[in-house]
Amino acid sequence: MVTSAERPAGAAPSAADQDAGPPSRGRVVAGRFFASWQGRAGFALLALLFALAFAGPALSRWSYTDKDFLAFLSPPSADHWFGTLQTGADVYAVTLRGMRRSLVVGLLAALLSTALAAVVGAFAGYFLGWTDRALTWVTDLLLVLPAFLILAIMSPMFSGGQWPLFVAVLALFLWMVTSKIVRGITVSLKEREFVQAARFMGVSPARIIFRHIIPNMSSLLVVDATLNVSAAILTETSLSYFGFGIQPPDVSLGTLIADGSPTAVYAPWTFWFAAGLLVVIVLAVNLAGDALRDACDPESGRSR
Amino acid sequence: MAGFLLRRLINHVVLVAVATSLAYMLAAIAFDPRSNYQDRSPRPPEAVVDARLDELGLNDKTPLFERYLAWAGGVLRGDFGPSVTGEPVLDDLARRAGVTLRLVLTGLLAGSAAGVLAGAYAAVRQYGVFDRLTTGLSFVVLAVPVVVLANMSIIAATWLNDLAGARILLVSGEATPGLRGGFAAHLADRVQHLALPTFTLSLGLAAIYSRYQRNMMLDVLGADFVRTAMAKGLSRRAALVRHALRTALIPAATYFAFSFGALLVGATFTEKIFGWHGLGERLIDSIFTNDVHTVAAISCFAACAVLVASLAADVLHAALDPRVRVS
Repeated sequence: MVTSAERPAGAAPSAADQDAGPPSRGRVVAGRFFASWQGRAGFALLALLFALAFAGPALSRWSYTDKDFLAFLSPPSADHWFGTLQTGADVYAVTLRGMRRSLVVGLLAALLSTALAAVVGAFAGYFLGWTDRALTWVTDLLLVLPAFLILAIMSPMFSGGQWPLFVAVLALFLWMVTSKIVRGITVSLKEREFVQAARFMGVSPARIIFRHIIPNMSSLLVVDATLNVSAAILTETSLSYFGFGIQPPDVSLGTLIADGSPTAVYAPWTFWFAAGLLVVIVLAVNLAGDALRDACDPESGRSR
Repeated sequence: MAGFLLRRLINHVVLVAVATSLAYMLAAIAFDPRSNYQDRSPRPPEAVVDARLDELGLNDKTPLFERYLAWAGGVLRGDFGPSVTGEPVLDDLARRAGVTLRLVLTGLLAGSAAGVLAGAYAAVRQYGVFDRLTTGLSFVVLAVPVVVLANMSIIAATWLNDLAGARILLVSGEATPGLRGGFAAHLADRVQHLALPTFTLSLGLAAIYSRYQRNMMLDVLGADFVRTAMAKGLSRRAALVRHALRTALIPAATYFAFSFGALLVGATFTEKIFGWHGLGERLIDSIFTNDVHTVAAISCFAACAVLVASLAADVLHAALDPRVRVS
């Protein structure tokens, strides 16, 4: 596995390079990713959802803080595309706002947790001995405690616009399983020639881990980060549903579903737009993640 | 085997102790029990509030470590301290644990059985209609969070009841209070209440198990021992059930331990939404009432449950796989 970081400087892929040499790994993976219908569907859905979340609010004349005092709980119409809530808030505007918050929280938490998993797993596997024992013990401890419970306990700390802290704690409870896998791979990578060579040349352990070991697991980590996005979004919405996650006046899909569920029977628009978008987001992320896993691993996918 | 289990048990006890202490510390730092008294009118004088908090062991003017030591000493004697209302935490939790365990165990059995059977059947008829249907369905189900699924099933049940003109599925509580009638009527009432929460809880689990089981079964179906079993004269059904399915069940047993923790969290959602008075409902209420001791006790219960499930998974693994027993 050759990553671009290991190519000598100045050897950027030229025209001659592309004709003679094998295609780059990134290109192969991208080709396989877009060859599967799951990959295409997942990517298209995600692009659409992101466009909706970030450009959509500009299309409507209502913002998420506006209240229309002439239309309480009114069904979808030309004026309010998704209808209004009991408070008179425009469902289209608050749903897109909540979706944006959920997407940002999910993405950041997934990136953080994968980075944490890579670092902890690689250090445990590279140093072994006491470092390994201590880190494995912490991993086991966090696995024993249900993440939901700890996040719910810490929820009073998240009020008052402290959502970055919420993201950090969310990430703290998503990394354990991946770090165990990373540790296993590191133990075997450690014995490979390129790591041995670097070590005998006197490269420091931290540098070996960040420059040689972690880049060699990049495909695993990319796939893991993708699948963590859906896990993070699901946890975030469940916590917010009970009032433990994103705190008002900020909204997320979880708080919207919680507000909408009591009125769902006679005013379906208050519940189904938020719930439907949440399901579509998670579905799209899972589709893309699965296609990416198949694209990165030549052995999976084809035989099944 | 005995030595191995003993060492594991000791490690588990230490993990539970640390996990519970961690939960206590976090709760003691994050919660503010003093705020419970501040909204009352007339507002009680500070000295009175201090005395009451001291009595409960929740006074934030005492150093955290001192409060922790007093509480931990009580836990060692089997006393998890008083709740914010002053009653011992354990009295209430013991009854609620039964409610939660009933929900989780029925959910676990229903979900894993349905998932394993669906996955195994899908693998035997690979690329058949059933296989495609379960693959698509499990993908959709895995994208639906429990909170949404619970609300969706309540909406569907309300619609169904309206359509039938009778109360077929009940969406609130464990049983109808003050119900008259014999044992059969009570049993039917319980089942009507249990159906939706169990369905909500087990559907996601069934989806995961069916994916695992399908992949495991596909790996095993082409193996030599299945062909040998059929070659020595076993019927296809017997060979598939007694040889292929049993071997393919081993990884599912390992997954059992992990799913128990996830189910406990899922039970929290279903309890709160369907109005069951279990541990999960108490947990959510006690966070809003700043009840440090109750939260720590429920954390301890959750950690114990997860570790007992992981021990059970080890035993199950040994029962299914002779190689584990021999070595």
